[in-house]
Amino acid sequence: MSISAVDVRAIARLARLSIAESDIPVYAGQLSSILDFVAQMNAVDTAGVEPLAHPLELSARLRADTVTETDRRTELQAGAPETADGLYLVPQVIE
Amino acid sequence: MEWQPVIGLEVHAQLATQSKIFSGAATAYGAAPNVQACGVDLGLPGVLPVLNAQAVELAVRFGLAIDAEIAPCSVFARKNYFYPDLPKGYQISQYEHPIVGCGHLRITLDERELDIGITRAHLEEDAGKSVHGVVSGRTGIDLNRAGTPLLEIVSEPVMHSAREAVAYMRELHRLVRHLGICDGNMQEGSFRCDANVSLRPAGSDTLGTRTEIKNLNSFRFVERAIEFEIERQRDILEDGGKVVQETRLYDPDKDETRTMRTKEDAHDYRYFPDPDLLPVSVSADDLARIRATLPELPAARIARYVDDYGLGREDAALLVNEPAVAAFFEASLGPLEVPAKAVANWITGEVFGALNRAGLAVDDIPITPAMLNQLVARIGDGTVSGKGAKTVFQAMWSEGGLPDDIIEAQGLKQVSDSGAIDAIVDEVIAANPAQVQDYLAGKEKILGYLVGQAMKASKGKANPAAVSALLVDKLKGD
Repeated sequence: MSISAVDVRAIARLARLSIAESDIPVYAGQLSSILDFVAQMNAVDTAGVEPLAHPLELSARLRADTVTETDRRTELQAGAPETADGLYLVPQVIE
Repeated sequence: MEWQPVIGLEVHAQLATQSKIFSGAATAYGAAPNVQACGVDLGLPGVLPVLNAQAVELAVRFGLAIDAEIAPCSVFARKNYFYPDLPKGYQISQYEHPIVGCGHLRITLDERELDIGITRAHLEEDAGKSVHGVVSGRTGIDLNRAGTPLLEIVSEPVMHSAREAVAYMRELHRLVRHLGICDGNMQEGSFRCDANVSLRPAGSDTLGTRTEIKNLNSFRFVERAIEFEIERQRDILEDGGKVVQETRLYDPDKDETRTMRTKEDAHDYRYFPDPDLLPVSVSADDLARIRATLPELPAARIARYVDDYGLGREDAALLVNEPAVAAFFEASLGPLEVPAKAVANWITGEVFGALNRAGLAVDDIPITPAMLNQLVARIGDGTVSGKGAKTVFQAMWSEGGLPDDIIEAQGLKQVSDSGAIDAIVDEVIAANPAQVQDYLAGKEKILGYLVGQAMKASKGKANPAAVSALLVDKLKGD
């Protein structure tokens, strides 16, 4: 399985990672060998096997629809870099 | 060339739960920023989502109402993208295994019945809200809405006009409100939709390139946006051009759609099953229990009003639009026996008018069904005239009280016994010899004038039907 330089740039962009142009061949090689490693599983015959959504063969425990969390904005916002009027502030986003 | 529009809708209905889909924070609308956003909603490290049982219940209720297959096992997946109002960097949604499978909804448009296929409906969490203009150069983030449960309802691309799309959306709106799964408040964003629109040559069965119009939050905008988009695509195709697959936004002020993002920068969401959440199972017992709680569905209720009460379809639909109005209507049909049509007319006329003038919601109707029932009964048995009834209605709307007491207190009782009317009628005949001559000469329309004179003389209390009958008797009898 071969990952190209174009793939590496696309993956880095989706993950919002800034990578040096000179490192791209290295990442391409590493990502390719990870995929090759996993690709060994393609040799297993999975005909008739149900896809697995979760390794634990259990189903979800549900919670009752009640409000259990009260307002802790002050404490939660203490860790935020910037806030105003109860809002978290981020660099301006324009659609 | 003749073009056929093809439209599919994705409707987001906010589920009527008290708490969020994966956390115990409240979902109430209108709270101060971020007071309803806990660690789970903020995506803090170390927290885990736990699914809200009621969100599952409401989704299943919807699925059963559209005859869909409910997945015995459905799976939550992560939809990955970066945006400041999505703190985790992914939205928890359902992808390959939605809880509600293929179903359908019957709609009526211009007396035609259409069956609209619904591809699927899945559970997901809402994102937060961006607030602009609070601090210059910054965007404010309010995460109260983050984690609010949504049911995304995806239709088949089977609608062919903006009106069909709106009729489907209205029927869906009626349905979710009747089921009590969504409050349907469009101003608050509880019920909103994305529209997929494409054109193809009439008669073709391959789909053309589509555009998606995002975030339409009123029936009117849905209709206008789709109409605009159909025209825009037709112009491009007629000129020999190609429609570009893209996401567009509708601008209600300019009444046009414009590009938001094109296919080149379309998101690559890299869905994968969320390892924090186990698959959701819904048993046959759950299905039977939930099925037993389903109310009468709006389409059936409208049909019943038409068949059993002789209402027109439009009037029936008007009553059924709001479950609270339908309940008020049904409660107003007793204890006194009254014609259902008259009750319906009072509700769609006087009650709706008064609500509008007062700016009240239907849940706040200040009169009771028993009051309206008695009022309609008193018109029927001749106690009060139609005009007097409106006075009674105004009084009970603003001050309360039963019609019988108001009629008594304000002296609105109609005079129907011939003894009392007799004298008045004699007076009118004596005072209007010219009109009486005209009437006897064959100008029957003049009778209305004479009835009017008698009504005036009785200060409006005489029963006009009784006056009219007596006048005719006396004039013709002479």
